[in-house]
Amino acid sequence: MSHPLSAAAKSTRPGSPAGKLAAWLMIGLVSLYVGVLVLAPIVSLALGAFGEGLRGVLQSLGQPDVLAAFWRTIWISLLVVTIHAGFGTIVAWVFVRDRFRGRGLVNALVDIPFAVSPVVVGYMLLLLFGRNGLFAPLLTALNIRVAFAMPGMILATLFVTLPFMIRELVPVLENFGALQEQAAATLGASGWSTFWRVTFPALRHGFIYGVSLTFARALGEFGAVLVIGGGIQGKTETATLFIYRAMEERQYVAAYSAALVLGLISLLLVLGTDMLKKKR
Amino acid sequence: MSAITDQPGGLQTRDEPLARPRPPWGRWGMRAIALSYLTVLLLIPILVILQDGLREGLAGLWRQLTLPIAWHALKLTLWTSALMTLINTVMGGLTAYVLVRYRFPWKKALNSLVDLPLAIPTLVTGLMLVVLYGPQQALGSWLKQNLGFSVIFAPPGIILALLFITFPFVVRAVQPVLLELDLTQEDAAATLGAGAWTIFRRITLPPLVLPLASGALLSFARAIGEFGAIVIVAGNIPLYSQTAAVYVLGEVESENRLGASAISVVMITIALGLVLFVDWLQRRNRRTG
Repeated sequence: MSHPLSAAAKSTRPGSPAGKLAAWLMIGLVSLYVGVLVLAPIVSLALGAFGEGLRGVLQSLGQPDVLAAFWRTIWISLLVVTIHAGFGTIVAWVFVRDRFRGRGLVNALVDIPFAVSPVVVGYMLLLLFGRNGLFAPLLTALNIRVAFAMPGMILATLFVTLPFMIRELVPVLENFGALQEQAAATLGASGWSTFWRVTFPALRHGFIYGVSLTFARALGEFGAVLVIGGGIQGKTETATLFIYRAMEERQYVAAYSAALVLGLISLLLVLGTDMLKKKR
Repeated sequence: MSAITDQPGGLQTRDEPLARPRPPWGRWGMRAIALSYLTVLLLIPILVILQDGLREGLAGLWRQLTLPIAWHALKLTLWTSALMTLINTVMGGLTAYVLVRYRFPWKKALNSLVDLPLAIPTLVTGLMLVVLYGPQQALGSWLKQNLGFSVIFAPPGIILALLFITFPFVVRAVQPVLLELDLTQEDAAATLGAGAWTIFRRITLPPLVLPLASGALLSFARAIGEFGAIVIVAGNIPLYSQTAAVYVLGEVESENRLGASAISVVMITIALGLVLFVDWLQRRNRRTG
């Protein structure tokens, strides 16, 4: 973290009382800021959920509607993670190992979902798959429903979570280098067994981190799924859409409890993999 | 490798292929899969919305944008995002500085709190703020009665939500650069009699400008499109607290395709421009640095 020289230099500097005061003022200001901005809202949500005791939380979470919404969310997220795990790895590999014209631009474009509004994402899919959408004739001919159904919500979540897997894997692949792959190939390994025996084991940790970030983001997706799915109760209502409906219907304990559970799941996912990363 | 082949009369044959080179089907296949995946998932939806928004030409787009409610929503989105970016840049930079330079007992805890917003769904963020500052809550009603100041269902709530969501961006952009800074330069300046402020301005700050700028621009880009937290916190009152993303939702629900597409095109253009600009900044930095 700090090499000995800088550590020695650091110990000589803030010796003056004025320097010390400034240091503690800055520490205090930053701690206050993080406390008010980040910590206070989290604590108050937990207090709000338990406003009617544990029984209120369990009762509202036990409703069949709520359970179904949570299952729908988990199901969509699992599917999205599986698809991105496969294709994301291929995209990352192509970005690092392959050379073709326009690679830089494509690489930059992968970050777009990070900045595009989820509402706009849902709306784009409506323009493609909605009643008057571009693919509407084809979909009616094949009798497939995408908008206001699960396929549309899966597509929306796929768009929103696109960058995570790729952005985790690219730096790992860059560090790993092509040398070991070439060595394996020289020794007669086929492309496939090179990938499974040499490349993938080196990627493992980046892969796990990418999967958990993708999963956490998919669990919390709201805007895109609202627009393309419509939030039809009992049909296309996910956990976030249930929370939104509960807020509008002023069922506050139900909304706060579901939000707390959803927040905790993604928090544990991200913090768990964070610890795994630090341990290494 | 060159050491081997450069030997006179030596192992020149090593460079010659042992067999006729086969076309790299595997690599071409991977490239085709990757590009098709990105085209289907990313490119087609974006192109469709650009085409739809420009259906009536730039004049038609402009007409939709300048409708009073749309225009207000766009302006509100831009100024709240800009103000948030300003606060976030200063406080994020300061947080990174404190985390890197000082030692204090709760430093580890503070450091992990920085990442929390990344892990919390933004809709949940909105709920948290309503529970804390809502008009029916203790703190919210106290603020309203004593300072005449409402947070929830008003622009301050929007800024607060955006600050929460984007807090990690600036901190995590600045922290690694600050860690690698060579402290001997600052010490040399101090030995030569420079004051703390001069040292900060002339020596510490310059290498931080680029990470601060890319963190700030990413925060701004993220803020323009934010929806989940804002729809809960802002109250979505047209001409007062309705942002661009919430306006698009309203237009989609009332099937006003022209209005929805026009604002969407503007939002996508801003997102695209900022993402490409940040990418260019970072690549230029890597080349020079």
